[in-house]
This record gives sequence, structure tokens and C-alpha cells, in this order.
Amino acid sequence: MFFAAQTVETVLKSGWFLEHAWLIPLMPVIAFVLIIAYGKKMPMKGSEFGIASLLASLAVSVGAAYQWIQRVDGAAPEAFVAPVIKTWTWWESAGFSFGIGQHIDGLSLTLLVVVTLISTLVEIYSVEYLRGDIRYTHFFGALTLFSAGMLNMVLAENMIQLILGWEIMGMCSFLLIGHWWEDGANSRAALKAFFTTRTGDIGLLVGTSVLFFASNAWTQKTLGISGFTVRGLSAWALSGDPGHAAITVGAVALFIACIGKSGQFPLHTWLPDAMAGPTPVSSLLHSSTMVVAGVYLVARLYPVFFTGMNILGTNLNLIVLIGGITIVIAAALAFVQADIKKVLAYSTVSQLGYMMMGLGAGAWMPAVFHIFTHAFFKACLFLCAGSVSHSASHHSFDMKKDMGGLRKFMPITFATWIISTLALCGVFPFSGFFSKDEIIDNVGHNGYTMFMVLGLTGAFLTAAYMTRATYLTFNGKPRGAAAGAHDAHDAHDAHDTHDAHASRGPHESGLLITVPLMILAALALGAGFLNPAPLGEKWERMTHWVEPRPEVISPTGISVMASGPGEARVLTSPRAEEAEHESPCGTTTPTGGICVAPQIHHAPFKWSKALMSMLIVFLGGFLSWVLCVQLYGKKNPKLVGLTQRNKALGAGYLFLQNKYYLDSLYEKVIVHGIAHPVARAVYWFNQNVIDGVVNGFGTVVRKVSGWVYRNVDQRVVDGAVNGSAAVAQNAGSAIRPIQSGKVNQYGALLFGAAAIGALILVIINT
Amino acid sequence: MLLNEFLFLGAILFCIGVYGVIVRKNAVLVLMSIELILNSVNINLLAFSLRNGSADGQTFALYVIAVAAAEVGVGLALVLLMYRNSRSISLDELSEMKG
Repeated sequence: MFFAAQTVETVLKSGWFLEHAWLIPLMPVIAFVLIIAYGKKMPMKGSEFGIASLLASLAVSVGAAYQWIQRVDGAAPEAFVAPVIKTWTWWESAGFSFGIGQHIDGLSLTLLVVVTLISTLVEIYSVEYLRGDIRYTHFFGALTLFSAGMLNMVLAENMIQLILGWEIMGMCSFLLIGHWWEDGANSRAALKAFFTTRTGDIGLLVGTSVLFFASNAWTQKTLGISGFTVRGLSAWALSGDPGHAAITVGAVALFIACIGKSGQFPLHTWLPDAMAGPTPVSSLLHSSTMVVAGVYLVARLYPVFFTGMNILGTNLNLIVLIGGITIVIAAALAFVQADIKKVLAYSTVSQLGYMMMGLGAGAWMPAVFHIFTHAFFKACLFLCAGSVSHSASHHSFDMKKDMGGLRKFMPITFATWIISTLALCGVFPFSGFFSKDEIIDNVGHNGYTMFMVLGLTGAFLTAAYMTRATYLTFNGKPRGAAAGAHDAHDAHDAHDTHDAHASRGPHESGLLITVPLMILAALALGAGFLNPAPLGEKWERMTHWVEPRPEVISPTGISVMASGPGEARVLTSPRAEEAEHESPCGTTTPTGGICVAPQIHHAPFKWSKALMSMLIVFLGGFLSWVLCVQLYGKKNPKLVGLTQRNKALGAGYLFLQNKYYLDSLYEKVIVHGIAHPVARAVYWFNQNVIDGVVNGFGTVVRKVSGWVYRNVDQRVVDGAVNGSAAVAQNAGSAIRPIQSGKVNQYGALLFGAAAIGALILVIINT
Repeated sequence: MLLNEFLFLGAILFCIGVYGVIVRKNAVLVLMSIELILNSVNINLLAFSLRNGSADGQTFALYVIAVAAAEVGVGLALVLLMYRNSRSISLDELSEMKG
């Protein structure tokens, strides 16, 4: 086994779909234009354009994923598989050139497949859910553009393209959350989402510029590409070249953007309010797009965060800390919500915390896998909630008032809800188990013991609040609207008029709603087996396909590919000698090449750990069930009203009800706290200083002018004035016609004078 | 380099703008004409920036766009007030300052 530094030539397979992956975001964009232009004239009011384009994108994504799998399987087991990168010049000016293109590897393909699949299902679902809505066509336009924004961000080749997709999503989320803007609460929620994510977006711009200026020289010299490109930044971050301060500042700034977009503590407050939008929007927003964007950015530029935040180097960093706090804080909030969608919203925040914590603790692959599985079951849960409100509770989302006992009326919705809930709680063998447990496991393995405990606490809380939501919605006796009370509190009068069916009492939804639910539930059940750690490494196909291999490669190894189906790659590394597969990437400076992914070890799977976390989940679910039966079912007098009687519990409840007072902090303390004192200070300055100066000046002037009046004015000036007045009067009446009061004439005079001036200037200069 | 063509386009736009300011009686159209003038200036800035290979002109054009946006905001507010007072946005009605 001795073939020291020699060149190995490998041909990586490629194919039409991989090379044309840039079509995936392009098709929904075209559909958006068509919907806006012709949507209202079409038989299905434009929804056919959106669904057709997303189906086409789904087909291309699946084809590309298939070809990527072939590409990986065709390569050597530990060899780096070059991403399929294409780039065109987007615009260019004064020496700067910005590219646009695609960066296709396992990570981006995972997201592309998930986003196109869920967007398609959500649009099909919306056809029924929003039937007869006043802005039906616009809804589909915004929804399609929203998916296009996410897809563009996912396959972005450089940071500028990524920002483009990121901002499209921000704008469309504003439009969609405020879809029913006639209600003031909805438009306030839309504004809040927009401004909160905008606050974070400052970080995105700052981070991108800082990283560009720090890395551009290196990337231009080594790779011949700009410091905006994903692969340039990745290679630069692991090269040992970065000035440490710059990369840390850049990583922190980018992470602030991720906090805003992914609803991490302390900027998570917009996410629950975003429930004001129609349910399909919440489903799409909370499963695979928008909120995942921040997590995706961290995963995409992982080397930058890895080096910048010193992940694995210490026991604490910003990402893992924020993620860990978010898990517990959001899960606790889910307990005091009466709105079923808000329970799910806080659950999303908490699950995003898991992903961030995983990324921050070096569990890259489990975190990415959790994005994958979470998308399916969370989309399914939201669509279930929509199905309940659509067909049973008369558009109310209030679990306590308008739901209950729906198990019998909606068997399909109930079954899919239960499957997704079990997946969310992480029960074996549902998909959530394989991803969430892996995160917790790896976080502990990498030495972040405290955060493993936080993760387990989160698992306990998740099981408990989901049991509560399930109990309130599907068990017991129907209440309020679900029982047929029609005057019940109504979320959206706007489309009640078309709801003849709402008067039939609770019933199962139509096929357009239940089929997407069933597909998503099947995925929530089965997706975990793409990467099941308990079955051994042979079964972990997802890791095999998606995780970038930490190999030292020559700078040309990831150069822009020549067109054609295959791609030759030259390796200059003495790989064959390293039998233990110990890669220097991420720990030391690579010599003779570059790295684009850090070396991370996976935690070995142990049944004892898995059983412990399962036990915790069951305990959480069981305790919560017992409490719910006692509290809501039997109305146990010892429990009902406990928060009013017990002071400590009451204070805790109030604290949670007010969402840790974060909203009050932002509005009352920060906004008012800064604005009001400034206003008061300015007023005081105005009243005392400026007025004082003005008054004093006035007094002095009055005295002086009195003397002047008596001595100078009356005697000297008057004579002169009377003389000049006569002159002025004559002159005035001569120029008077010019002052016509006609604006146009003034304009003409102005331009005429300017033209004469310009002419004089030209004559003088020549 | 298409410098001449760019400058020619700018000049044409400028003339159309000046013509609009002088001839039009509708206040909104006059505002639009002013926009045309500003944008003809932008075209000149961009043309010279391209020729000199420096980003200064482009940066300046961006500033002009931002200022123009503010100017339109103020201008439209004026038109709105004018309409409230005299129920018309014709500039002929605005001759109270006649000497």
C-alpha cells in the first residue's frame, strides 16, 4: 500500500439533471410571472401554473438527486466528491464581477427535493383550503415565488445569489402572512415578521462584506474565484490563512442573520405571530422554507462557522448556546397556548434549536438529517391543523374552545396527526427518532454534556406538549364550533360566505387535503430509514451521499466543471498511506491542497442511550396524558384553577403567558426606552437652552433697536428710503410681468438661464 | 464603447424632461418630467463610470436614485395638499403669487 504522492485521476459521473439543476428555481419564477399576468383568466385561477412548475421542479430535483447518488457511488469510498458547480456572470462593474449559478452537492440536493416536494403538496392542499378566497390568484403567485426564493437560496453558488433568495423569501413571507390584511392583527403580524427578520438581515450584509474583504485575495490567488463564492469561502476558512478576528466577526454577523430568520432566541418572537397567515403558508414557512434558511446557511458555510466559532475546540460557542436555550425556552412556551397553530409554531422554534445546537456541536450530519425529517412531519402537523379548522372547527384554531373529540369525525386527519406527532417526539421507529436522537447523542459525544441534558429536557417537554395538544384536539367531547356552535369566535369572516359545508358539523376533509396529508405522514413514518444509525453504518445511506468527505484536494479538484457528462479530477494527495482515514481538515493547516469540509467523527450508536431518551419521551407523554385527563377530562377540582390558587405556579404561568416579557422588552423598553428619553431630552433642550438663547437675544435686540430707531432711522434713513422707493417702484413695474405666478414659466426661465450659463462655460473653457 | 450613444440617450431624455416641465399643466406630469431629467443625469454618470472603469459614478447614481425617491415623496405630498385646497392639480390654478 505504498503509492506516495502521486496523481490519481478519477472521472466523476454527471448527467443532464445535475447540470441543469439551475432550472429548479427558474421554473417557479416563470410560473410566478405567468400567474400574475394571466392567472385570473385561467380556469383554475392561476393555481395550475404554480402546481405544474413545482411538479416540474420536483422532477428535476429527483432526477438530479438520483444522478448525484450515482456520482457518489461511482467514486472511491473516502474520496471527495466534487460538487457540480456552474456559474455565469450576473453583472460586472468596475472590476467587481458577481456570478450566478448553481452549487449542487448532497446538502443542496437534500433541501431541493424536500422544498419542491413540500411546496407541491402545499399548493395542492391550498387549492381546496383557499377555494373562493378573495385574493386566490395572488396567493398562488406569492406562494410560488416564495418557493422559488428558497430554491434559489439553496442552490446559490455565491453569497450574493444567496442573499437574493433570502430577501425574496422575506418579502413573500410578508405578503403571505398578511394575506388577510383587512384584519389589523394580521397586518401587524406581517410587519413584525418583516422587521424582526430585517434586524437579523443586517448581519447577513455585514457578514458577507467582512468575509469577502477578508478572503478575496486568498481565493483569487489560490482558486481564481471571488470571495463571495461558497466553495471559495469554505476552502478559505479551513486553509489556515484567515485573519482570526475577521472570520470570527464574519461568522458572528452571519449567525445573527440566522437567528432572525430561523427564529432562534432572542429573535424568535415573530414566528408564533406569523401564524396569522393562512395555514398552508404556516406549513410551508415552518417546515422546509424560510425558517430553515438560517439553519441551511450555517450548514452551507459550515467551515466558516467551524473555524470562526471554534466549534469542537471549546465546550461552548455561540451557536450551541443559542440553540440549546431556544430548545427549552420555546418548548416551555408551547404549554400555555390555546391556539393549536401556536403550539406547533413553538414546537418548530424548539426543533430549530435542535438543529442549531447540532450544528454548533459538530453534529453536522444529524442536524441536516433533522432538517430533512422535520420538514415532513411538521408540514403534516400544520396541514392537519388546517384540515381540522377547515372541516370541523369552523375556522377556529382554539383547541380549548372549539375542538375536542374529533378522532371519530376525522379518522384520516387523526391518523396522520398521530404519526407525525410520534415522529416529532422521536419515538422509534418514526423518522424523528433517527435524527433527533442522533443530534442529542453526537452533542454528548463531542463533549457538550450540558447541552445533551438540554436536548433531553427538550425531548421530555416535546412529548408532553404534543400529548396535551392531541388530547385537547382529538379526545374528550366536542366543544364550541366543533360541537356545532356557529356563533363561535370566527377567525376569518372573509371566506365564511362560501362555506356552505361548514354548517354540516365536523367531518373529514376532501381528497385534495387528505392525500397530501397521507403522503407526508408516510414520509414522516419512513424517511428515517434513509439514515438509521441503530442498524449500522451500512444502512446510513444519507450520510454516505450527503456528508462532504474531509479530504485534502488540489485546488483544481473543485474547479468549475467543463461541460459534458463526465468530469476529470486530479488528486495530488498521498491518501493511500492514511489507513486510519485521519484527515487534517479542520484541525491543522492542510498542506499541498485545500479542504472544503472539516473532519468530524460520529458518535457510535448505543442502545442504552437510545433507550434512555425513549424512556424520557414516554415519561413526558405519560405524565402529560395523566394531567390532561385529570384537568380537561375529569375537571379534577384539585387541578382546575391551580394557577390562580398557587402563587408560584401562577407567577410561572403569567411569565410564560407573556412570552418571557420579550415582546414587552422590545416594544416598551427598547423602542420606548430609547425613543422617549431622546424625545424628552430634545424637548428640554428646546425649552430651556434654545428658547433661553432666543429670548435673551430678543431682549438685547429690542433695546438696541430702540436706540437705533430714535437716532438713526427717523433721521438718516427715512430720507434715503423715500428717495429709493420711488426708484424701486418704477423698476418694479417694469419687471412685474415676469412674476406671472405660472410655474411653467418659472421653469422655462430657469432652464433658459441655465442654458445660457452652460453656453458661457463652454465658451470660456474652449 | 457606446459612450456617444449613451450620452445621446441622456440628452434626449433631458430634453423631453425639460419640454414636459415647461409645457405640462398637470403637476404630477411635471414631477414625472423632473424624474426624467434626473435619470438622464444618471445615464450620463453611468456612461462615464463605465468608460473610466471606476465605480464612483455608479455609487453616485445610486445616491441620485435615493434622493429622487425622497423628492418624489415630498412632491406628491405637495400635490396632494394642493388638491385638498383647490380640488385641482392644474398648475394654472397656482398663480396666487402673481405680482
